[in-house]
Amino acid sequence: MNDKYQITDLNLFYGDFQALTDVNMNIKENQITAFIGPSGCGKSTLLKTLNRMNDLIDGCHITGKVLLDGVDIYDNYDVNLLRKNVGMVFQKPNPFPMSIYDNIAYGPRTHGIRKKALLDDIVEESLHKAAIWDEVKDRLKRNALSVSGGQQQRICIARALAVGPEVLLMDEPTSALDPISTNKIEDLILDLKKYYTIVIVTHNMQQATRISDATAFFLLGEIIEFDSTSSLFSMPKDKRTEDYITGRFG
Amino acid sequence: MFRTKPKSTFYKSHPLSLLIKILVWAAIFITAFVLLFIIAYIFVKGIRHFSLDFFSLHYNSENVSVLPSIITTIYMIFISLLASLPFGIGCAIYLTEYAKETRFVKYIRVTTETLSGIPSIVYGLFGMLFFVTYLKWGFSILAGSFTLSIMILPLIIRSAEEAIIAVPDTFREASFGLGAGKLRTIFKIVLPSAMPGIFAGIILAIGRIVGESAALIYTAGTVAKIPVSGMDSARTLSVHMYALSSEGLNTDKAYATAVVLVALVILINLLATTITKKVGNKQYE
Repeated sequence: MNDKYQITDLNLFYGDFQALTDVNMNIKENQITAFIGPSGCGKSTLLKTLNRMNDLIDGCHITGKVLLDGVDIYDNYDVNLLRKNVGMVFQKPNPFPMSIYDNIAYGPRTHGIRKKALLDDIVEESLHKAAIWDEVKDRLKRNALSVSGGQQQRICIARALAVGPEVLLMDEPTSALDPISTNKIEDLILDLKKYYTIVIVTHNMQQATRISDATAFFLLGEIIEFDSTSSLFSMPKDKRTEDYITGRFG
Repeated sequence: MFRTKPKSTFYKSHPLSLLIKILVWAAIFITAFVLLFIIAYIFVKGIRHFSLDFFSLHYNSENVSVLPSIITTIYMIFISLLASLPFGIGCAIYLTEYAKETRFVKYIRVTTETLSGIPSIVYGLFGMLFFVTYLKWGFSILAGSFTLSIMILPLIIRSAEEAIIAVPDTFREASFGLGAGKLRTIFKIVLPSAMPGIFAGIILAIGRIVGESAALIYTAGTVAKIPVSGMDSARTLSVHMYALSSEGLNTDKAYATAVVLVALVILINLLATTITKKVGNKQYE
């Protein structure tokens, strides 16, 4: 399988504070890669590096290379195009305060699609892919905030899919949801693996074992261990990984 | 908490609670009474002086027609907002979305705070010296409304700023995350979400425009004719009221004018609330 991302010697600073130290990792295409670790260990920071959402934070700068399909995304790369290719789903469902239809169509419209028929198709297809079409097809004109939290999160996933990304970044996408909604989203993520490369940050180790192919364990801004999920959880090589996954800290 | 005892015994054992309750009720009653009394007083004294020629097209000292002032007031609101809103909202967008906390931004903040504390007659004096005399516009609606537009600028900036700040950052993140640029994010996501707050500021601004007399006497003059162009001198309802009551001949008509003024303010507020709801609901349906 090809490498989608190649990260070499990445260091990231917020002002004087070093949030990531010497990160080296390759993220494989059409796999689910999970980032686990205690709070403040840098896993969300690395995720936001992958679509340059860190650019929005004052005083954030990086050294090292982040290659997407062999091209350095921090070197003269159109950031809006990058974010079109690398979609993001956030911790709390954050639909815009507009109709479900307009939420999904916002991205395609941003990238210049104006034709009603084409937009209709994209909206339907995206909602289908996010496994929410049947639940909302009769109320596309309703406010997206009027549906349940789990549905909102799947609408947000559909919204991210509507611009046709290749990679999907998910920042603890189920941490604000109930177990049933969490289940649905996990099934959905497994489904989406066929078409997308998925990177997911999670606090929930069971979730990582259930859905991911590879797992990276973070501690204090460093990647302690990065391996296939099955070997990382069954025979961790590092003592700290073992302590964490057996619940001795974190 | 379960209250097993009846109320009366509760207050017997807690006399302070009773006292506070009485004080709160007294405060509510007095406030409501004062407001209602003023409105009732104006209506009772004013409405019986309504007549057909009070609304005639041409003002003379017999009918002291209020119609030219109604039209002038509406012009004044419209032109002042037109001149003030683009700068005010633009400034708020700059301060909230673009500016870093530099010394320059601090100066802008101090300046707007100071401007909002200046008495309106000072604006009137400035308007007279600058628009009326220096730019040679004479006493005119234009000079008046430009003076007022400067006066309401701080109000518009403040309310727009607060409304924009109140828009959750998660909306901005979601928009940037889809590959939208800063301008699109501001105009398609942030401003529509901030609209109700911005409209609240506009309503307050309209209140100040309608209520202003001092600044207008020196800039728009007191001519009581239906204005034909923006360069005509004209009087708003407040100025009309001031003129009538200071002349002392038509005090009863001043009350009638006050009724018209109150009615106009209520009408504008209702209109603005409906527009706010429409703007907000357009996206929701």
